[in-house]
Amino acid sequence: MSVRQGMATGALRLAIGLMVSSVLWGLPLRALAVTLDLREGATEMSRRVQALHHMSLIICVVVGVIVFGAMFYSIFAHRRSKRPTPAKFHENTLVEVAWTVVPALIITGMAIPATVALVEIEDNSDADLSILVTGSQWKWHYRYLEADIDFYSNATIPPEQINNLEPKDEHYPLMVDNPLVLPTNKKVRFLTTSGDVIHSWWVPDLAVKQDAIPGFINEAWARAEEPGIYRGQCAELCGMNHAYMPTVVEVMPEEEFDAWLTDQRLARELSGEAAVAARSRDWTMEELLPIGEQVFLTQCATCHQPDGSGQGLKYPALGGGVIANGPIEDHLDRVMNGKADTEMQAWAPQLSDLDIAAVITYERNSFGNDTGDVVQPLTVYSAR
Amino acid sequence: MVAHADTLPKQRHPFIEFILRWLLTTNHKEIGTLYLCLSFTLFFVAGAMAMVVRAELFQPGIQFAEPELYNQMVTLHGLVMVFGAVMPAFVGLANWLIPMMIGAPDMALPRLNNFSFWILPFAFVLLLSSLFMEGGAPNFGWTFYAPLSTTYGPPSTDYFIFGVHLMGISSVLGSINIIVTILNLRAPGMTLMKMPLFVWTWLITAFLLIMAMPVLAGAVTMMLTDRHFGTSFFNAAGGGDPVFFQHVFWFFGHPEVYIMILPGFGIASQIIPTFARKKLFGYHSMVFATAAIAFLSFIVWGHHMFTTGMPLAGELFFMYATMLIAVPTGVKVFNWVATMWRGSMTFETPMLFALGFVMMFTIGGFSGLMLAIVPADIQYQDTFFVVAHFHYVLYPGAIFSTMAAAYYWLPKWTGHMYDERLGKIHFWTAAIAVNLTFFPMHFSGLAGMPRRVVDYSIAFADFNMVSSIGAGLLGLTQLLFLYIVIKTIRGGEKASDQVWEGAEGLEWTIPSPAPLHTFQTPPSLETSGYAATTAKH
Repeated sequence: MSVRQGMATGALRLAIGLMVSSVLWGLPLRALAVTLDLREGATEMSRRVQALHHMSLIICVVVGVIVFGAMFYSIFAHRRSKRPTPAKFHENTLVEVAWTVVPALIITGMAIPATVALVEIEDNSDADLSILVTGSQWKWHYRYLEADIDFYSNATIPPEQINNLEPKDEHYPLMVDNPLVLPTNKKVRFLTTSGDVIHSWWVPDLAVKQDAIPGFINEAWARAEEPGIYRGQCAELCGMNHAYMPTVVEVMPEEEFDAWLTDQRLARELSGEAAVAARSRDWTMEELLPIGEQVFLTQCATCHQPDGSGQGLKYPALGGGVIANGPIEDHLDRVMNGKADTEMQAWAPQLSDLDIAAVITYERNSFGNDTGDVVQPLTVYSAR
Repeated sequence: MVAHADTLPKQRHPFIEFILRWLLTTNHKEIGTLYLCLSFTLFFVAGAMAMVVRAELFQPGIQFAEPELYNQMVTLHGLVMVFGAVMPAFVGLANWLIPMMIGAPDMALPRLNNFSFWILPFAFVLLLSSLFMEGGAPNFGWTFYAPLSTTYGPPSTDYFIFGVHLMGISSVLGSINIIVTILNLRAPGMTLMKMPLFVWTWLITAFLLIMAMPVLAGAVTMMLTDRHFGTSFFNAAGGGDPVFFQHVFWFFGHPEVYIMILPGFGIASQIIPTFARKKLFGYHSMVFATAAIAFLSFIVWGHHMFTTGMPLAGELFFMYATMLIAVPTGVKVFNWVATMWRGSMTFETPMLFALGFVMMFTIGGFSGLMLAIVPADIQYQDTFFVVAHFHYVLYPGAIFSTMAAAYYWLPKWTGHMYDERLGKIHFWTAAIAVNLTFFPMHFSGLAGMPRRVVDYSIAFADFNMVSSIGAGLLGLTQLLFLYIVIKTIRGGEKASDQVWEGAEGLEWTIPSPAPLHTFQTPPSLETSGYAATTAKH
């Protein structure tokens, strides 16, 4: 962005801030001016969207000043104490035609730049990179279609911060374990879909908001210019933890991005080897319980609660639960394949053999459950 | 009949008498009162839910409401405000006023009128009972998008479905009654183009209701069969289409928005000329603008769905059609200002609420125009900017206009003047509180705060705190309104028949309080001094 443009937007922001805040609260202007505006974002398109926002806002403010100005003048000057006798007129064809035609011209003027931008937004062709974004309650899954890499992006919001027991992180609650990583200056196409209910993948600074709808694949695109971390969240009400479904994108220069891709491939191979190692031996309960507890707290506790007490009908208690104390095969099936049409997802694609074995062992031997069962990674592997 | 007279019980217990009177009444004024009482009650119920929501959002983190409860409160607040507070209030006003304004003895179909009202308490008992059920109340937002509301909905969703069905039946029957009354029972000489604007806006609203409510009934019926009878209208796994739900819902939902505002337009068009002591400017263009808005309301539903993957052609069509609504809406606002222009204005409470309505509704209209710009809407969609927009349209639009109407016609209904000083305090506190509550929501939305979240980034904390303080004040001011209304019913300065010196219309020719039966013989427009709101050509 050129210096002139920067100054223009800065001045505009200050002007809007001045207008609104001085009218409303007289609060410190500069501090507010930053947050009163639609975000500028990090792409050429996000800046154009912001400019459209400014255009329509200014038009509305100008019309508003005229209309409300007339109204207030009338309230002041045409009150009975000043004008005991009202005028008699009640129509005027010329005026009425004028205030029908002029607004029609104004909205035509607004529609033209909006149409031009929209045509470009909808042009998803010639992407350098395609990413399949799949929403599920309450996390995102990213698959790099060209690179054969995929991972889940889980929220990592400490429960202590949610419950106000600890000071909140600067980025609360928009924190994840694995952000989506993108290169700068590449046209990236996002294909959104969902595995359960409707979600909406939204990154304000990329000016992308696209619903993720089961049975549909929608398209959107962005070309990020500046490296950085951009945070957003699910925008469509998707159940209990809708507020805790962040979308975090890390944009890096192309060389770094390529290095990251290589690392991911390597990590994938290593985790394959680790999985082989894990299932080639027997694990003791003492080894599995801490791993299981960790998995339980990050993945299961949002619904079933950290103490396994559950929440009402929808999220059953695990302490004394039918599944957690029933046959191991049923427990394996429920955890690995989930329960259809409920928030209980299939965890087989999301967790390693070891994690699943550990969390099942943990559930069967915690919260007052005392089955004594130890589930081995090999058992999980064979159940896949 | 005389022969049977002495076989009837002579005297019933006064309580039974009281219940039977209100249960069996077919009088338009009594039914109007019933509607208004129900509406007022549910206004406080839904308002209390909003208080829970705003208390939770006072600070980031979770304080008062766990996410499950929060989602239920958000959902029921919307449903009860729309179907329980706003719509019955307008139907109540229609019942009271339309027969008195057109010189009819009653509504055309009095027994149907009784039935349409008495469906409603049952509908809301069904809906609100879900709060006490295992699994909780509906938690999927008032728009109840599938599959969150179908496959994933709590068991109480079925009570919600039947509740909505009953509300729909009530609305459609009520609307039929209003249309039949307006088209058949007008006093001799009152041609359509001489009707008061309130009657015109309700006539058009009633047609909107008849066209929109059955579509909603279709949507919830498909939900019901998806949930229980193995169909897959909205279930992608069975070959259905979740986006189809949104098309059906918003085909109802957008006209519904105008159902909740057109009678408010009518009210403002009655009140502003009275206190400006000047005839309504542009009566004909007011009527045509209302009709134009009603027509457009059926072809803009897609603007709620710009992020669902709509093709470019669809987005362009819905964008242009939506922007077009600004034209007739602008005409209305200009006409109101022109009515005030060079009038001789005084500012009693009804006028204050009517002016507050015009001004703040216009702000909501501006943000509506901004929302029509698709590239920007993609950013605004599902954020607090939208919440700010529709609360600016609905609170100053539907609620302020209803309050303006209450202050304006209460003296006619009760025979007593309300307390002008308290009325003014009510207006100013409400006007300040509405802006304090909803204006900061524009900014939190632009900064990136999605709607319907129980918790949010600390970047939005200040705006949310201001909103919550405003909301608390707004809740309190309505308790003042309750007090003023009760005080006016119980006593106060005697109101004259004319009540307002500048008022015109047949309702001001009958005594205050209005007797139970009026216009049993049609009034003559000439002798009653009815100067039609319209121009004499």
